[in-house]
Amino acid sequence: MTAGTNLFEQQARNRRLTVAWLVLFILFFGWLGFGGDLALYLAAAARTEGQVAYRFPWIGVVLTTIAAIVAWVSWRRGPQQVLWSTGARQLTAPQTLEEKQLDNVVEEMAIAAGLPKPKVYVIDDPDPNAFATGRDASTACIAVTTGLLACVNREELQGVIAHEMGHVRNLDVRLMTLIASLVGVIVVLSNGMGRMLRGGGGRGLGGLLGGRGRKASGPLLAAALIVFVLWVITLILAPMISRIMAMAVSRDREYLADATSAELTRNPGALASALEKIETHEAPTTAIKAGAAHLCIADPLGKDVNLKEGRLADLMATHPPMAKRIVRLKGMAFQQLKAAGQLPTA
Amino acid sequence: MGSILLLVVLAIIVLWVVGAYNALIGLKNQTVNAWKQIDVQLKRRHDLIPNLVGTVKGSMEFEKDTLQAVVDARSKAMASGGDVKETAAAEGALTGALGKLFVVMERYPDLKSSQNVRDLQEELASTENKIAFARQLYNDVATSYNTKQQQFPTNLVAGLAKAEHAELWEIEDKAERDVPQVDLSLKKPQG
Repeated sequence: MTAGTNLFEQQARNRRLTVAWLVLFILFFGWLGFGGDLALYLAAAARTEGQVAYRFPWIGVVLTTIAAIVAWVSWRRGPQQVLWSTGARQLTAPQTLEEKQLDNVVEEMAIAAGLPKPKVYVIDDPDPNAFATGRDASTACIAVTTGLLACVNREELQGVIAHEMGHVRNLDVRLMTLIASLVGVIVVLSNGMGRMLRGGGGRGLGGLLGGRGRKASGPLLAAALIVFVLWVITLILAPMISRIMAMAVSRDREYLADATSAELTRNPGALASALEKIETHEAPTTAIKAGAAHLCIADPLGKDVNLKEGRLADLMATHPPMAKRIVRLKGMAFQQLKAAGQLPTA
Repeated sequence: MGSILLLVVLAIIVLWVVGAYNALIGLKNQTVNAWKQIDVQLKRRHDLIPNLVGTVKGSMEFEKDTLQAVVDARSKAMASGGDVKETAAAEGALTGALGKLFVVMERYPDLKSSQNVRDLQEELASTENKIAFARQLYNDVATSYNTKQQQFPTNLVAGLAKAEHAELWEIEDKAERDVPQVDLSLKKPQG
């Protein structure tokens, strides 16, 4: 199997990236904490002309500890958090024919991928969409909207589920779920800190840097200012940079999952027509928030930027252009037909 | 100096043999496991068929032959416990008979509108798919197992790992089914 080596490379790459994200996340919090301590220390030293006693870096220690705890919780509870935020309900006892079909299709694709069957979730939303989450194959969950069930036929559903199964098999779910939780925390923290600084924090800080009482000494005050400015810039840019990084991680994985879908179902045409149907439903998937956008098979926000090519689109889109994905899948379907036509009737 | 070099080379060779041996055993177990997956689904299909036949019998008095063909193919498939080729042939015949029954059922709107029949049909259709996908996985795994044990230099430890050629599950053609099968006596992988 040529796919075998690709698969292991992809899994290894995802494991590395997962660790890198965790380390970066903790480093970011560490910098926010210890950088803040450093700014305060330098400011105090400037005020007292170097006669300041050693201070324990409380902010740094506290923030780094919080970051480690948050990272751990995201790792353990990430999948449940994502599912909870979309209002997905688990399909334990399928009632209608549609639900039974969904349950069966998931099991079929699990067999095709040679993996344990993921848990199946349904989201009550009229817009067709689907995503997968989990830490690994044994904790994986696949969620689809009721809108998807209503608009695709059995073969198309198979294509979509196989795409999600591809994310599970490649270990994309682990990385992307973790990123979803971490980006959420960074955005919340940055907003909160920003509000604090604009409010009461600003005055106290002005007093601190301005130096009341004794005259502040030059170089130390400058150092304190530089550290502080860097600190604020990190705080402002962090949400944006982390989002852009999340998007970059997501985009190239979509092509790969499409290819895996074709490999599992041997029917790339079905996924192509499913994607066409999903695309014609312009309505945004209201149940799925921006934080989980990069997990979905199609961008739930329905942003125009996903349709375009170019550097800005490459930077901002969570998904490759739908038209390009469909063309690639149709190319695969054509190759398949060509191969079947050329083969002698066995 | 020379003896150290010899030791290093020996250590590398031993490490490689262990790695290649373990890779082969891993693939062998995967092949056996993939075959068991097919078995599970085949058994499920055998269990579902009496239900379906019992449910549609009343409404399909005129299609006795089609129903009988399914029943016969099922008992034949259940009786065949032999190698991959034999199972593949018997189960292929059952797939064909079931396919015919599904086509005939399309002509009975009463049957199609019955919730019970639709559920059963979905169950059977899904089981057919599961068999097909399990077979696909088995063939993929068995192919990489076969390739691995034939490739140089892994083939040098194939005997050590008791690696045997795993028979693929070939997809039968309708026309092919009537031709008597040639038994090549190739055993399915043994657990």
